[in-house]
Amino acid sequence: MATTYRTCPRTGLQFDTEAEKLMRWNAVAGVLALLVGGIMALGVILTRWPAIKLLPPDWFYLVLTAHGVDMLLVWIIFFEMAVLYFASSTLLRCRLATPKIAWLGFWLMAIGAVIGNYAVLAGESSVMFTSYVPMQASPWFYLGLILFAVGALIGCFVFLGTLVVAKKERTYEGSIPLVTFGALTACIIAVFTILTGAGILVPTLFWSMGLIKEIDPQLYRMVWWGLGHSSQQINVSAHVSIWYLIAAVVFGAKPLSEKVSRFAFFLYILFLQLASAHHLLSDPGMSAEWKVLNTSYFMYFAVLASMIHGFTVPGAIEAAQRKKGYTNGLFEWLRKAPWGNPIFSGMFLSLVNFGFLGGISGVVLGTEQLNMLMHNTFYVPGHFHATVVSGTTLAFMAVTYLLVPTLFKREMISPGLCKIQPYLFGLSMAVLTLVMMGAGTLGVSRRHWDMAFSGAPFQYEWPGAAHLMMSLTGIFGVLAIIGGALWIWLVVGSLLWGKKLDEGKLSDKPVPHAPLDSVAASASHTGSAEHVAVPGTVVLAMLLLVSFVLYYFVNWKYLSEVWALS
Amino acid sequence: MSAILPPADRLWWKQSIDKTEWMWIFLAFTWAMIMFFMMIYWHINGKQNLSNEVYKTTPEAFAAKAEKFIAANTVRTETEQNIPVVKVPEGGDGYLVASLWKWSPILELEKGKTYKIHLSSMDYQHGFSLQPVNINIQVLPGYEHVVKMTPTQSGTYAIVCNEYCGIGHHTMLGRIYVK
Repeated sequence: MATTYRTCPRTGLQFDTEAEKLMRWNAVAGVLALLVGGIMALGVILTRWPAIKLLPPDWFYLVLTAHGVDMLLVWIIFFEMAVLYFASSTLLRCRLATPKIAWLGFWLMAIGAVIGNYAVLAGESSVMFTSYVPMQASPWFYLGLILFAVGALIGCFVFLGTLVVAKKERTYEGSIPLVTFGALTACIIAVFTILTGAGILVPTLFWSMGLIKEIDPQLYRMVWWGLGHSSQQINVSAHVSIWYLIAAVVFGAKPLSEKVSRFAFFLYILFLQLASAHHLLSDPGMSAEWKVLNTSYFMYFAVLASMIHGFTVPGAIEAAQRKKGYTNGLFEWLRKAPWGNPIFSGMFLSLVNFGFLGGISGVVLGTEQLNMLMHNTFYVPGHFHATVVSGTTLAFMAVTYLLVPTLFKREMISPGLCKIQPYLFGLSMAVLTLVMMGAGTLGVSRRHWDMAFSGAPFQYEWPGAAHLMMSLTGIFGVLAIIGGALWIWLVVGSLLWGKKLDEGKLSDKPVPHAPLDSVAASASHTGSAEHVAVPGTVVLAMLLLVSFVLYYFVNWKYLSEVWALS
Repeated sequence: MSAILPPADRLWWKQSIDKTEWMWIFLAFTWAMIMFFMMIYWHINGKQNLSNEVYKTTPEAFAAKAEKFIAANTVRTETEQNIPVVKVPEGGDGYLVASLWKWSPILELEKGKTYKIHLSSMDYQHGFSLQPVNINIQVLPGYEHVVKMTPTQSGTYAIVCNEYCGIGHHTMLGRIYVK
């Protein structure tokens, strides 16, 4: 296989030229999807802002569908393909298996994304991302999603093939790095997710073409969420891997314990996909026993895994910082962290938002009886914007500040704006998710055009606080969109006009080790097996646990006050 | 040994786990178990559990039952559309039909009494969202969900549809009176 290898002079990371090109194209395609999805987000937020109510209902449901598809699927999966190729060929310092097939995967995804978007924008497929039957979209909608998924599946197999190549060609010794292990977790969950998705979207495509008469709505919901929720577990595995990656690159941090961190990833594979059940807690077709089983053992073991990562990631950073001499008090290590470096600040905000906002709200939402308080309310998008936007997307944004100089060989433009961007996006997103969940707690529906119910036979007046929450949703939603637009501007601007950087040495063969003093190698030397206490992390973790327990029981209190149901 | 390099110690799975990590794993695991038992506890001692009583049905069969119920128990009609207001017999069965884009009929209940409310949809998926109580239940076509409800306060309640069901979704507002 004729390819060349480039060693980045700034980090010591080695890129297979073919793989590098694929990473760049996948990342750029993802950013484009983010741009389209972001424009749609503006339409959504300006319509749900009661004082503005920009779009008519047909347009509102159209842009909401496009927003969901472009963000949850296209942006994130494209970026994840880049992450998979990076975690395999770059971190294992080997060639990418079958680059031609990887390109086939890329183009299938691109064509699928275009077809899916076309179907939605043509106006016949405003069925929301979930496309619950028997509401029907045009066949193109399902076809676009299927093509996209097949492309992603191909990417997963190229990743797995690359692991085999590295093993066979002995480009590393011992076990794969933790970040690659996390990416492998994401990949395995992705394969499961896509096969489940095929299991429901293919029959639905046939149904939309008139070849199948009927699809049971409860069955659809159960299988669809095997796709819909599991795909979020791909995101969790991917962004947790990126947390570890950034901790390693910025601080030279090593995992507190390889065993614990890897075991936590392994729990994701075993249990997280089953958490899809928590979308069906207020459904008629499942028994209480089924709901309790699937939201307890299965989901809580996955929650346990996230709580472990939530401890070991900051713990690894604390240990690395303490070794550097930041040992005063509980939090000197954190105070002296590089808060002006967007790679770190983005990653840390992602960690905090995901844990405190997304994680806690997700477990409450996923509790059988409590779900009745929030099912299909604005609380739900509040929760998943905390996980998938201020968690995953923010982590991807943070790592991009690292990738632009390394992978695209450009210096970031406007360092001042780069410094601000993670705070603008991360903090306004945090407030946004809080007020969205607040509105949901007051009953406001998701996917709903009009809080005033114009044209309904009766009136219902939402509490004043609900209107306030929705107005705040408008304000902080717009701020978050500005933060996202700023990121797109900085990235695209840097790719076009950023100072070109030295691309480093090219060679025909992979170089087995990174240069000794580079980022890619330094971690192995600063790290040592000796134990460092992490009291600051313990305090942060206890704070999370206490918030968790309090918020959990507050919701049981709310539940105990509603009508009796049995 | 770093997250981006193979573990320096090839036998990483033999390394001992630090006490602090064990403590956190133990706490997190205990908390997960508490949350698990909380759901079961609520099934035994809690007063808000979603009913398991569900039957497969068809829109036609369900509509026929609902019409019979409406014909037998209507006390008056309201609004320009003459939506029937139906008094559900105490301890008895009431039917609530979700369709594009209305909840029918208006139900009249009494505070403190228990009713069996049958929910189903005629067409798309809908969401039963009782406000301002804030109870939310998915309503599917082909499934008849029998939910036992006991209103705790009198007043006028709205049923918002909170599952997207097309262009008229926002006009789908129903009503329950509790005396």
